[in-house]
Order: sequence, then C-alpha cells, then structure tokens
Amino acid sequence: MLKTELKLDKNITYKPYGNNAILIEWNPIISEEILNDVLQFKYKIEHQKEFKYCDLIVGYNSLTIQLHQPFTDFDAEKNTLKSIYSSSIKVAQNEHFIWEIPVCYDVEFGIDIQEVASKKGLTIDEVIDLHSEKTYTVFFIGFLPGFLYLGGLNEQLFIDRKPNPRLKVSQGAVAIGGQQTGVYPVDSPGGWNIIGKTPIPFFNVNARKSCFAKSGDYIKFKPISLEEYIEIKKKVKQNNFQISKTLKQ
Amino acid sequence: MIKVLKAGFYATIQDRGRVGFASIGVPVSGAMDMYSAEIANSLLNNDLDDAVLEITFGGTMLQFLNDTFIAISGANFNPVLNQENLKQNKRIKVRKGDILSFGNFNLGVRSYLAVKGGFQTTKVLKSRSQFKNITKDFRIKKDELLTIKSYSEDLKSTNAFVKVNSNHFTSTSILCFEGPEFYLLSEEQKQLLFNTVFSISSDNNRMGYRLKETIKNNFFSILTSAVLPGTVQLTPSGKLIVLMRDCQVTGGYPRILQLSEPAISILAQKKTNSELTFRLMHYTDIG
Repeated sequence: MLKTELKLDKNITYKPYGNNAILIEWNPIISEEILNDVLQFKYKIEHQKEFKYCDLIVGYNSLTIQLHQPFTDFDAEKNTLKSIYSSSIKVAQNEHFIWEIPVCYDVEFGIDIQEVASKKGLTIDEVIDLHSEKTYTVFFIGFLPGFLYLGGLNEQLFIDRKPNPRLKVSQGAVAIGGQQTGVYPVDSPGGWNIIGKTPIPFFNVNARKSCFAKSGDYIKFKPISLEEYIEIKKKVKQNNFQISKTLKQ
Repeated sequence: MIKVLKAGFYATIQDRGRVGFASIGVPVSGAMDMYSAEIANSLLNNDLDDAVLEITFGGTMLQFLNDTFIAISGANFNPVLNQENLKQNKRIKVRKGDILSFGNFNLGVRSYLAVKGGFQTTKVLKSRSQFKNITKDFRIKKDELLTIKSYSEDLKSTNAFVKVNSNHFTSTSILCFEGPEFYLLSEEQKQLLFNTVFSISSDNNRMGYRLKETIKNNFFSILTSAVLPGTVQLTPSGKLIVLMRDCQVTGGYPRILQLSEPAISILAQKKTNSELTFRLMHYTDIG
C-alpha cells in the first residue's frame, strides 16, 4: 500500500489555475487507484484547518481547490498542500455504498436500445445484461447537478454519441455516449443513446441530501418491468421509496 | 415587498453564488458583473453577499409596497422613479407605491438593483441566486412579489455616491492568466490568441460567451476535470468559449486561459459583436 502511494506521489503536479484556484493532477488515466488517491487527498484537506479553501472539485485525475482569496505566493500554497498530502492526518473512514438503481429497459423508454443492439450485433436482452451486470464506479459529479460520471462500461456497449443531439432528454433517462454510461438527472439537451429510464431522482434540492451518491460510491442497475417502474415511481412521489444500498467492503 | 409589474427581457436575483456544492455538480452562479453588484450593495452598507436584482437589457418595471432605500449600479438603462430620472451609483429613498422602471439599452448589458438589507427570496443550497432546477424559478416573473425589508429612517450618509471607472464598460482588454492546458498550445496558436481581436457571437449568456474567431486546433481533449467561471476553453472546432458564472463544474475541452476576476465582470457588460483582446498576466507578477 505504502509503495503504491509513493509511486503515485511522484506523478502529482500542482498548477495555478488563475490566481483563485489550484489544480492538482495525477497521471492522465481513468482508474480506481487514482480516484482513491484523489479522494484520500480531498478528505485530508477537508479534515485540516490550516489551509483555507471554499470548494474542492474532483475530476478523473484531478482535484481543483477554489480559494476564498487570490493567492500571492503559489509556492507557499503548494508546499502546504504537499505536506497535507504526505501527512498522516487521521481521516474518519468514509463509507462508500453500492446503490441499486432500478431501470426499465422497455422500448417505451429505451428509445435507442433497438438501434444500439443492431449496431453492436447484439439482441436487446444482451444489451440489458451487459449494461446491468456491471458495478459502476462513481468517479465524480459534473455536467449537470446530480450527473454521475460512471466508470466501468463493458466495451461491447461503446457507441458513438448521436450525430444530432436531442433538444430534450427527459429526467431519469439511462444512456450510453462513447465509452460512458449515465443517467440524466434533469430534463436537458443530450446526444447520448437512450436505453432505459429509472424512476429514481438523481437530483432533488428539496431532499435532505440533494444527490444520494458521491465520488467513490458504486452504482448497479437492476432491470425492472414497466409495471414495476410505475409502482416505484408512485412510491417515489409519495416519498416512500428507499434506494437499496449495501456498504462496499 | 416589491411587485414585479414587468419582468423585462431577463432579470434574476443574484448574490455571490452557491459556493461549496461542486461535489454534487451544482454551478456557482452569482452576479455576472460582481464588481457592479458590490458597488450597489456597498452604497447601502449592505453585506457584499446580499442578493441584488440583475437586470439584463432593461425593460423591467417594479412597484415598491413599502419604504426602503435602493442603489443602482452597472449598465445604465435610464432608470426612472415615478416620473423622475434617477442617478446611478447613488443611494435613493423610495416610498411605498413608487414605481421604478428601467428603459432600454444605453450603456452596458447588466444593471444591478440593490435594496437596503438585500432581497429576501428563499435560499436554496445557501444561496438566493436563481438557477434552473435549483430555485423554483430561474428568473423573476410578472406579478411576482419579491420580499424585501422595510426601512423608513434615514441612513447615515457615508458612501452616498461613488464614481465608477468608465473603463469598466469601455475596456476591450481582458486580463487573464495561463490556463492549465496553455502549455499545449503551439507558438503559432499563442501568437493568434494574443494578436487576434475576438468578437462575441450571439451565443452568449450567463453560462458562457462563445467567440466568433477561430484558432487552428489540433483536436486534443483532456480527461474531464474542473472548469471555473472565467475559464477559456478551446473547442475542437477551434472556437473559444469563455465560461461565465452559471457554467458547469466540469468539462473536457482544454482550458487555455483563466480570466482574472475583474475581467469576468468587464466581460459581463459586453454584448454580441463587442470586441476584445486577451492580455496575459504572469503568475510571477502577482502579489
């Protein structure tokens, strides 16, 4: 474990990003190992008092720190951050969950699933199996409030974005774009191929937690029927649905 | 209370934004021209984070349902209180029943109306800044009632008038720093970046300003990473996008420049076809 950290440490770079933010970058690779190191650093920054910041933004291989005030001495800031990184600040064990998200892949919702299947030489059932058998890693949230960047899509499902984006993709649409899969948290324009829909809201400002998931969590999609979709949707509306989750060991 | 008689072209409640929610993908938002919003607030001895009304291109008409003090800064849309022309950047007493109307474009794009104590609309995720899917509405609507506090007594007359630097509206020079991917640009691209007079396309709003001119691009992209208000992205087509206050929290285009905070406010007062040039500041020059 220690060895891994030392290996990664060498590749971490610190850059000014304007005079109000600092960008920390790891090797440009999408991997859980890097994500874990990014998150460990983030937790350490959150658990100390010396270095003041107003927000932390996680990317695949980056952590951006927004400051309250412009910095005047970048090297001093960098050195403080380096010592936080290498410190052994005790960080409370952050719990990461696997969230089970019900998805109805019925063609009524999965308006592109037939097209995806035929372009990839698969049956619709095979597309559903390939999409729902994986456990996806939540790398970070961006693009839209509550939009999860998920890693782990089976490469048999890699498919180009649609040449002409739709003006409106509805909330809950489950889609594939390039090498990624995701869920539209709100109605928005979008160019991804829509293969299903979830009744679970991914963003709700009125909920105690606006977005249930966080960086480092996992998502597993569970195929459901149209009837089950309607049933869950009703429960969600009545505030009577608990998303099933298990603690990731 | 203030009653909205006419919403105008596009008017939103804004404070300094929704800071601290990037981890769930929520944009910062906040007044586009933070400089002018702060002047309006400080004329009333408000907190700088108090919510103001950002009026884009004028046309807004409001009726005050209680006494208070106001200050208007930023773009000048020839504001009129009842029948009387108002001076901007000055504290003004208004009485119950008074009608304030903003005319049309004169100077600048965004005008800021501050009221004593700030607009008291509902805070969502620690901010009153209006944004789609976060606040109930993403802009003010006709007949809406906006809650404000009532003030009748005279305020101490400090800071009663400020002279605003006219460069804020006329300057075409946009000060910026190297962005994280600046180093990927070729010498030729850098030359073009600083020697081209760029102009703003009609695709400009609170999320970002797309510029018309093109810089030859070798189509590199980055792993999705943070973007900030003031980030200049180079898109695969070679067009530049300057991200503004309502921008997404992450993006995948190279971030070639980062505007200084004052430059974001200056750009917020520019409109379609306005021209600008980028001027580089060095990190070693600050401090």
